Amino acid sequence: MTPPQRQKRGPAPEPPPPPAQQAEGEVRNPERMYVVAGPDGERAELDLVTLIVARAADPPPSASPEQAALLRLCAAPLSVAELSAYLHLPFSAMGVLLTELLTAELVQARAPIVRRSRTDRSLLEAVMNGLQRL
Amino acid sequence: MDFNGSDTLPGPRAEDQLPHTAQSAAKIVIVGGFGVGKTTMVGSVSEITPLTTEETMTQAGIGVDDNFGSASKTATTVAMDFGRISITEQLVLYLFGTPGQQRFWFLWNGLFEGALGAVVLVDTRRLEVSFDVMGRLEERGVPFVVAVNSFPDAPRYALDELRTALDLTPDIPIIECDARRRASSRDVLMTLMRFLHSLAMTGSRT
Ligand SMILES: Nc1nc2c(ncn2[C@@H]2O[C@H](COP(=O)(O)OP(=O)(O)O)[C@@H](O)[C@H]2O)c(=O)[nH]1
Ligand SMILES: [Mg+2]
Repeated sequence: MTPPQRQKRGPAPEPPPPPAQQAEGEVRNPERMYVVAGPDGERAELDLVTLIVARAADPPPSASPEQAALLRLCAAPLSVAELSAYLHLPFSAMGVLLTELLTAELVQARAPIVRRSRTDRSLLEAVMNGLQRL
Repeated sequence: MDFNGSDTLPGPRAEDQLPHTAQSAAKIVIVGGFGVGKTTMVGSVSEITPLTTEETMTQAGIGVDDNFGSASKTATTVAMDFGRISITEQLVLYLFGTPGQQRFWFLWNGLFEGALGAVVLVDTRRLEVSFDVMGRLEERGVPFVVAVNSFPDAPRYALDELRTALDLTPDIPIIECDARRRASSRDVLMTLMRFLHSLAMTGSRT
């Protein structure tokens, strides 16, 4: 018995268009999410694995219940994905909440490591060493 | 949800908290058809009980706009499981198990674009389910390895036979695994890392 055969598609489009334009058919990408991050106030794209840390031990009295819940969760660093899971909020809702908190300087965002055309070898080596210890 | 019940709001257990030294996180995507073992693989290597992040999908033409996420409209909720592995005191790795259908991929910003690489999990009983996803990854230049999850009643093929059927170039690793076993799932991730390392050495993209 032989397995079914995959037919490769044509050559890859060069360069690949940004995902917002690639969404086909019935579904559109929700708006790209930008949050203000960093001391110079630059806009950064919110990633599932951006790490969020509260700047103070306790939420200020002015914080909304939703903000306070998030601030308590990220007393220690926590990814946006984990915050979304614990708060039962869709990922897209995290952008709004985090922009408020970043603007108010109540949280700090630690940018993720994303793939580049040439991934840092020492990073990959660190990951391999870490996996070996599992 | 009710955010006033803060005492009962679930959060990470004390032992699931990351150290304050955690500086940055990277991610890997495990992609495959329904029931292929994605959640099982995430769970077998994760240091935390897998969590779920959700996103709302609306139908086109029914404005995805400022009201996105409001209760009206034909919205479907799509869930994605994920787990976590602390690599060092500074570095954290996240694993996302995501459905193979490409229309789900846009729901999470940068899910594939930013991932270090992907594991395409295949089940030999339904090999063709993974064809589309491989094509998409190739088009986008997302490096991937193929892991064949061995189900007891599944047809068994030699790996080179599968490589031919999947039309994988010789450099793309393909390995068998049992997603239920931590060591086996770890080996899959190691295979991906070694592959990414070899790409970094040669400087090629895929
Ligand atoms: N025999 C066997 N069963 C598996 C393996 N991986 C997953 N399963 C089972 O297959 C079913 C579906 O797995 P799940 O991880 O939920 O699939 P998902 O839909 O891709 O997330 C579950 O009942 C698992 O216990 C495997 O490697 N071998
Ligand atoms: Mg699953």
